[in-house]
Amino acid sequence: MSAGTLYDKVWDLHRVAQLPGGSTQLFIGLHLIHEVTSPQAFAALKDLGLPVRLPERTVATVDHIVPTTSQARPFADPLAEEMLATLERNCSDYGIPLHGLGSGRQGIVHVIAPELGLTQPGMTVACGDSHTSTHGAFGAIAFGIGTSQVRDVLASQSLSMGKLKVRRIWVGGQLQPGVYAKDLVLHIIRVLGVKGGVGYAYEFAGPAIDALTMEERMTLCNMAIEGGARCGYVNPDAVTFAYLQGRPYAPKAQAWERAVAWWRGLASGADAVFDDEVRFDAAAIAPTVTWGITPGQGIGVDETVPTLEQTEPDERPLAQEAYRYMDLQPGTPIAGTAVDVCFIGSCTNGRLSDLQAAAAVAKGRHVAPGIKAFVVPGSEQVAAAAEAEGLDQVFREAGFEWREPGCSMCLAMNPDRLEGRQISASSSNRNFKGRQGSATGRTLLMSPAMVAAAAIAGKVCDVRQMINTTP
Amino acid sequence: MTAAMTTSSFPFGPVSAVRGRAVVIAGDDIDTDRIIPARFLKCVTFDGLGEQVFADDRAELSGEHPFDRAELQGASVLVVNRNFGCGSSREHAPQALMRWGIRALVGESFAEIFYGNCLALGIPCFTASHASVLSLQEALIADNYQELSLSLATASLENSQGQLWQLELQSGPQQMLASGQWDATSQLLANDGELARTAASLPYINGF
Repeated sequence: MSAGTLYDKVWDLHRVAQLPGGSTQLFIGLHLIHEVTSPQAFAALKDLGLPVRLPERTVATVDHIVPTTSQARPFADPLAEEMLATLERNCSDYGIPLHGLGSGRQGIVHVIAPELGLTQPGMTVACGDSHTSTHGAFGAIAFGIGTSQVRDVLASQSLSMGKLKVRRIWVGGQLQPGVYAKDLVLHIIRVLGVKGGVGYAYEFAGPAIDALTMEERMTLCNMAIEGGARCGYVNPDAVTFAYLQGRPYAPKAQAWERAVAWWRGLASGADAVFDDEVRFDAAAIAPTVTWGITPGQGIGVDETVPTLEQTEPDERPLAQEAYRYMDLQPGTPIAGTAVDVCFIGSCTNGRLSDLQAAAAVAKGRHVAPGIKAFVVPGSEQVAAAAEAEGLDQVFREAGFEWREPGCSMCLAMNPDRLEGRQISASSSNRNFKGRQGSATGRTLLMSPAMVAAAAIAGKVCDVRQMINTTP
Repeated sequence: MTAAMTTSSFPFGPVSAVRGRAVVIAGDDIDTDRIIPARFLKCVTFDGLGEQVFADDRAELSGEHPFDRAELQGASVLVVNRNFGCGSSREHAPQALMRWGIRALVGESFAEIFYGNCLALGIPCFTASHASVLSLQEALIADNYQELSLSLATASLENSQGQLWQLELQSGPQQMLASGQWDATSQLLANDGELARTAASLPYINGF
């Protein structure tokens, strides 16, 4: 059983009571809500006649359903309009702050909470969205919840939870040029599997993790859930504190000094005990691309689609299903796979550094004929920062569309979606069947720089060849 | 309520047994996008989701999907394989299954958020070994999906031939379901004094 880890410390600090049945009542320090998973929770609260216990600990934004072409109200889609109007009404009725469209602070919930300084080390963070694991990048214990649990947090600022085991994922060495946090996490999931993390929190540690920026750590923790781990985290350090200092909700002046001292003490100690440990070498990881229908079906861009013989026996039925669905032949190189649509954005890879990496590839080049390529910043702040340094112009000149912030084609709840059998190169997080809005649409997950490279080439290619050569 | 759940009423109060026919959905890593595609999440109530469960898979199989087969209408148990319900945290997935008629699941393993979402609706998720689930799936098909009975107290399943499968149900959820306290809200509200003390002890709640 783990002891002395950040997870153990934060868990103990937030324990309220032991519940009948053996689970723990856990205080939730930050509750994030959006328009898709909250309306039924508010309706339940109204039915029960309950108030929101601590409205100042819940923060709302709108992200999943917003169009990225025109965000003028009312939206063209009446269902989307109803969802946003419902969120606005609920936030107004219960006194919950809403960072809405045009506020300068709207965006994907997992992008805005960090950039506003809402997410801080040592917090418990919950949101009705599985990618809440993102916030673990700050040394928070952050996890996705269902709508009944959203109701519980609204009503009681707490949840009934069972404690997880802790697996340390130690990453030595350093990522090579052209290899990003996205490749690292796709590689980890490839090795440990999409079920490998069930029952665990993942602690990411080691020299390669220490060297990651906060935005890279967010990409890494974001996809812990794709490996089955409900939460993933990185211990807070000087990189974390430098990112937080000066952000709107970060502590100020003397409180800042006290906060940093407290945060430092939360990190897993040298004597921490883990339930399990797995080691990786960052230097050995190549740009990674998924070929199948789960995020675990990934390979290096210089590899071939695995054959059945190369696949573990109990994974073969899924591999066969993936060959059929993706129409990719086992044994053929993934590089050279033609794509139709290229999407850069999402809570995984919609931050400024993601757009910078993609723009560096796009600059001075042009999207291949017949390819639809578009960039969706993760938030209004990301959009403004990118525009301030001219990235929107770089993308436009290269033939990409520059859109308004939102979740967009990651899950296609807005008008951005694949059509028919289209195949996308996507910087998002899920390549499930039908995920990007067409029941037969296909998704290849990769880093934003690799998506940009695929857009230029019209097919999957190794971005390392583009960043080492001038256009 | 200790009797079997029926499709006409959602779980309420103590859940001690589920009786009915069982649907088999074979395959590992069936994600919540498969169970309920994202386009059906554009709603402010869960009411219509029963019709839309597995929408894309059902369209692809044009009437041959287990959820469309005439003899399986009214079934209340879903038998699945590994890591069922992975991916998105959307409670819409168990809501859609429940509104179609499912009142219990049996599988090799479940994704964590999905499992918790089911529990919050009063739907038990039993587990069993790979071999055991495969034998159960085969027997259900051979038995032409005759009615079976699941007991929460003994975590066991018996089919119409009297064959018995020993399953597992975590003791916490078992107790919560048996006592009718699977809906956590009232328990959480009962400890408000302790909650206030916990909050008061947290530096970030108090300006450090």
